Amino acid sequence: MTAATASRYTAEYSNIAPTLPGQNLPWLTALRQDALAKFSAQGFPSLREEEWRYTNISAIEKKLFSPSLIGQVQELVPTELLASYQLPDAWSVVLIDGHFCAELSALEGMPETVSVMSMANALIKKSEILETYINKAVNNDEHSFVAFNTAWFTDGLFVHVPSTLVLEKPVQVLYVNTQSDALASTRTVIIAEEMADIKVIETFIGLDIAYLSAAVTEVFVGVNADVTLYKMQCESALAYHFGGIYVKQAKDARFIHHNFAFGGLLARCDIHTDLDLASECELNGLYLGVNRQHIDNHTRINHLKPHGISRELYKGVLDDKARGVFQGRVIVAEDAQKTDSQMNNRNLLLSNDAEADTKPQLEIYADDVKCAHGVTVGQLDEKSIFYLQSRCIDEETARNMLTFAFANEMVDKIKIKSVHDQALEQVLIRFPQEGVNKEWL
Amino acid sequence: MLSIKNLTVNVNDKQILKGINLEIKPGEIHAIMGPNGSGKSTLSHILSGKAGYTVTGGSVTYQGKDLLEMAPEIRAREGVFLAFQYPVEIPGVSNIYLLKAALNSIRKHHSQPEVDAMDFLTLIKDKVRLLEMDEKFLYRAVNEGFSGGEKKRNEILQMAILEPKLCILDETDSGLDIDALKVVAEGVNSLRAADRSFVMVTHYQRLLDYIKPDFVHVLANGQIVKSGGAELALELEEKGYSWLEDSKAAI
Repeated sequence: MTAATASRYTAEYSNIAPTLPGQNLPWLTALRQDALAKFSAQGFPSLREEEWRYTNISAIEKKLFSPSLIGQVQELVPTELLASYQLPDAWSVVLIDGHFCAELSALEGMPETVSVMSMANALIKKSEILETYINKAVNNDEHSFVAFNTAWFTDGLFVHVPSTLVLEKPVQVLYVNTQSDALASTRTVIIAEEMADIKVIETFIGLDIAYLSAAVTEVFVGVNADVTLYKMQCESALAYHFGGIYVKQAKDARFIHHNFAFGGLLARCDIHTDLDLASECELNGLYLGVNRQHIDNHTRINHLKPHGISRELYKGVLDDKARGVFQGRVIVAEDAQKTDSQMNNRNLLLSNDAEADTKPQLEIYADDVKCAHGVTVGQLDEKSIFYLQSRCIDEETARNMLTFAFANEMVDKIKIKSVHDQALEQVLIRFPQEGVNKEWL
Repeated sequence: MLSIKNLTVNVNDKQILKGINLEIKPGEIHAIMGPNGSGKSTLSHILSGKAGYTVTGGSVTYQGKDLLEMAPEIRAREGVFLAFQYPVEIPGVSNIYLLKAALNSIRKHHSQPEVDAMDFLTLIKDKVRLLEMDEKFLYRAVNEGFSGGEKKRNEILQMAILEPKLCILDETDSGLDIDALKVVAEGVNSLRAADRSFVMVTHYQRLLDYIKPDFVHVLANGQIVKSGGAELALELEEKGYSWLEDSKAAI
């Protein structure tokens, strides 16, 4: 596949292009043209590509998801939907169908030196900075979804934190989808200068309809800076979600990612990070699949310089006919001596029809490194079930409790209480209530 | 309290217990000793309801009811407690959550309301002190990253809070240093009561220096080959098990 199938999208592009932000920026127009050309030539990724062999996206080609041109209409978002996801103690930016909605966003009290604004606005006010950052953590050749995103993005979030500034409150960006068969293509850029510290939560939600959410986030962690990024992917059960998070870590920089993949009919997320001298990264992931959900997570940790540390733990719980895919690559360059890397993927299968595909890959070109990886795919431990039974708990409750516990290990890693509670809530609604008494937690 | 009559048990078509008879009255402490492979652990597992064993004959009556008919959690709610030889680690479930879930299961079983949160905290803190544990343990995942001694202490903590009627201690002394053993023994001794019985399954006589049994039984080749008072344990310490196994073979 298949330039032919992509042509349905490319044919429509000339109508859409004039509505996209940054029209007056020659560098962006050139970037989008390059992306369009690459996407036109390649089409969407096919199962024949090694990195996409588990991800069948033919459904996206059969349909035509078009960008919503309505945009910015706050009435489209049910109050209760937003209320259950918008964090009370964070600055928030709300994007509806890929367009910034000022009325629902909350940015009062932001320190003047910090920029937090919509991507469309940043392309007007901060275009010089953006020119040096956009498409620098990833490029249009990565895979054609990135090219697709570059050509089509309508908005997103822009965050710039100057050096040594520690932002006390987290920033939340809510990507809300309200239109059937609509495409929301967003590009987010987060820049933390030297010694800055910021926490960002990306929350993906939608009405109970089919739509395509394609979101690329680029993160630049400056020298000795700290960025913690949360992804709460709670798309509708009918939605398609393609996410990419591409990170560049400078010397001594720390990056922590928590990836919660809960929603979507077909959801994929690629997370790549490049580590410089003595930088550290921690990638945590939890995917919960039910019914016929297909959830993919692909990570790539690139140790480019010595003394880097990476820790990765992805856990999956798969029920019914759900399928989870984990592909984790750790690359240690020849120069990256004394790298210390651990990667783990653990899968819990709750039904005979559920499937987990896991593929850890270590590529080590240096000779003095400490790298480990481990993978498990299994069912609940009978010894643990009996232990709980011997402590008065019936078998079904024991099973539910252990399943919850398996997932909860990832929730407990969240340090922001409101985010923790929200993730906990999401886990609990996906498990039978008899298993776990929330009041006792 | 507990009456075991002519109990025979198979594992994978191999007979492990070959006719066990044992009477335990309220308030008594019975020690079951024996060499490795004698069937000690099988006996404690069969009493607590672990799967994988086939009862081929005999009966076990607990407080007038057929124990073998009950699911493991029903036995536990009725007051049977097994302190595990190898307590299981459960990441993601805190100790305090498990204790609350267990205690409330018992209360529900007896048609009692859930325990009051404040009362529970007071109860639990008392017991934690008794076992010389750090309160932080309560909020850590069940047994995760605990040392051998901490795990065994945690078992006794659960026992102290759930207040069972029949306590089965499966090799509780194995893996314990002398200080931890003293703490565990003290915890057990503090739980002695007129209506509570103990079955201590152990390979080593050392535990019995700290928890004095009323009766000692020697299990060998799936049968109780000798029963006696506390002094029998000392005799075993001195002579080992072989003279009993030999005498059995001679019969």
